Amino acid sequence: MSKGSFLNASVGRKFLMSITGLFLIMFLLVHMSINLLLIFDDSGDLFNIAAHFMATNPFIKIIEPVLALGFAIHILWSIIITIQNMRARPVKYLKSNQAVNSTWASRNMFILGAMLFVYIGIHLYNFWWKMKFAGDPLLEHITVMQAGVPVEMENAYALVATLFKESVIYDIVYIIGGVLLGLHVSHGFWSAFQTIGFNNHIWRKRLFVLAQVIGAIFAIGFSVIPLYFLIKF
Amino acid sequence: MADVILKKIYVKVWRQNNVRAKGRFETYEVENISQGSSFLEMLDILNDKLIREGKDPIAFDHDCREGICGTCSLYVNGRAHGPDRDITTCQLHMRKFNEGETITIEPWRAGAFPVIKDLMVDRTAFEKIQQAGGFVSVNTGGVPDGNAIPIGYEDAEEAMDAAACIGCGACVATCKNSSAMLFVAAKVSQLAKLPQGKVEGKRRAKAMVAKMDELGFGGCTNTGACELECPKGISISHIARLNREYLKAKFSD
Repeated sequence: MSKGSFLNASVGRKFLMSITGLFLIMFLLVHMSINLLLIFDDSGDLFNIAAHFMATNPFIKIIEPVLALGFAIHILWSIIITIQNMRARPVKYLKSNQAVNSTWASRNMFILGAMLFVYIGIHLYNFWWKMKFAGDPLLEHITVMQAGVPVEMENAYALVATLFKESVIYDIVYIIGGVLLGLHVSHGFWSAFQTIGFNNHIWRKRLFVLAQVIGAIFAIGFSVIPLYFLIKF
Repeated sequence: MADVILKKIYVKVWRQNNVRAKGRFETYEVENISQGSSFLEMLDILNDKLIREGKDPIAFDHDCREGICGTCSLYVNGRAHGPDRDITTCQLHMRKFNEGETITIEPWRAGAFPVIKDLMVDRTAFEKIQQAGGFVSVNTGGVPDGNAIPIGYEDAEEAMDAAACIGCGACVATCKNSSAMLFVAAKVSQLAKLPQGKVEGKRRAKAMVAKMDELGFGGCTNTGACELECPKGISISHIARLNREYLKAKFSD
């Protein structure tokens, strides 16, 4: 198989988008599940234990660069594909009524993606950068009883909860981020299956409905956390 | 049903003298059009008026005028084949329009479909894709006896549904990426489901996708617009099959 021609072909490029997209959705499911611990335990112990586990687990250490690569490919290829697609129509329509034949999210995946890119930048600076490199006084080590054994760990809960308790603007940014992600996934999920060829006239309806459900879960799951802190504190 | 007459409508139409010329929109008044007349008849009446006034009539493609030849095109009020489902432009009627309305008519817009004149576009690109692999070249022998080669009902139906494609180019015209995936998918699918076509399935999918890319069509982003604007209602499930055929062929290389 000649790799060059495959990755330059329209279907090949889309195949990469699909595989990386589905991989990112799996990551997001794990990410969201752990995040939700933020709202189920106001002492922060549950979230801290989970964050500590993720930070020290060797498997996560291996998967981290793969995840970064997944993001990089998904983003770079989306730019290549979008430029190629825009070139295919040099003269635009004066009047185009696409609202009747397709969903808004499906037509604006690149714009949604670009907004999510900005959001991820903010998000990484808020938490990931501080936990991994810069450090923050809020992260000062605490001791949490884990299965009867005291374990020393970073207070990740304090960093996250303080941001959400103190800044209404960040709450709103994170709520919008969650909704944008939901919209992106509501098309991306079923579209990925279509592109890798796993679809037919029966599965199509199922996958489309499933994509809406997963999109809604992401939108609600991620937005509910800043919303919780916004309302409760 | 009593015939309703549209006393006056406005037609805003793309005029372009030839492939190289720069085009422009011009608006014409058309009077006394029966709502029972077809859209193309309305254009005939307008052209008749233009000719009488010594002006250049509007060039547009049309042939059978019964929705089977795939010659007519036109992007009417922002939609391929106009504001209706499962029809070609020649099957569009003036009852879809209102008194005093301005109807915008544009040619198919795609780099791979250059405008020849006014509303006529060159769809040779579709022929080139077909020539790249949309055929069966193995010896299939003479006419087989009835039921000698059993083909399942579902397979036969799906192949026939794909074969309904008339190659009009509405899928390309309506796709935000000017992608020809629905066309290619239909042409691959109509053969992939049948024993005669299966033999060359891998080569066909690869060759037709490569040709489609080479001719400058965009990629598919699964918006599904093509399926809804396709006059034959060809399903994007066929695109999934094309992807499957293509990926299988590529990974077995």
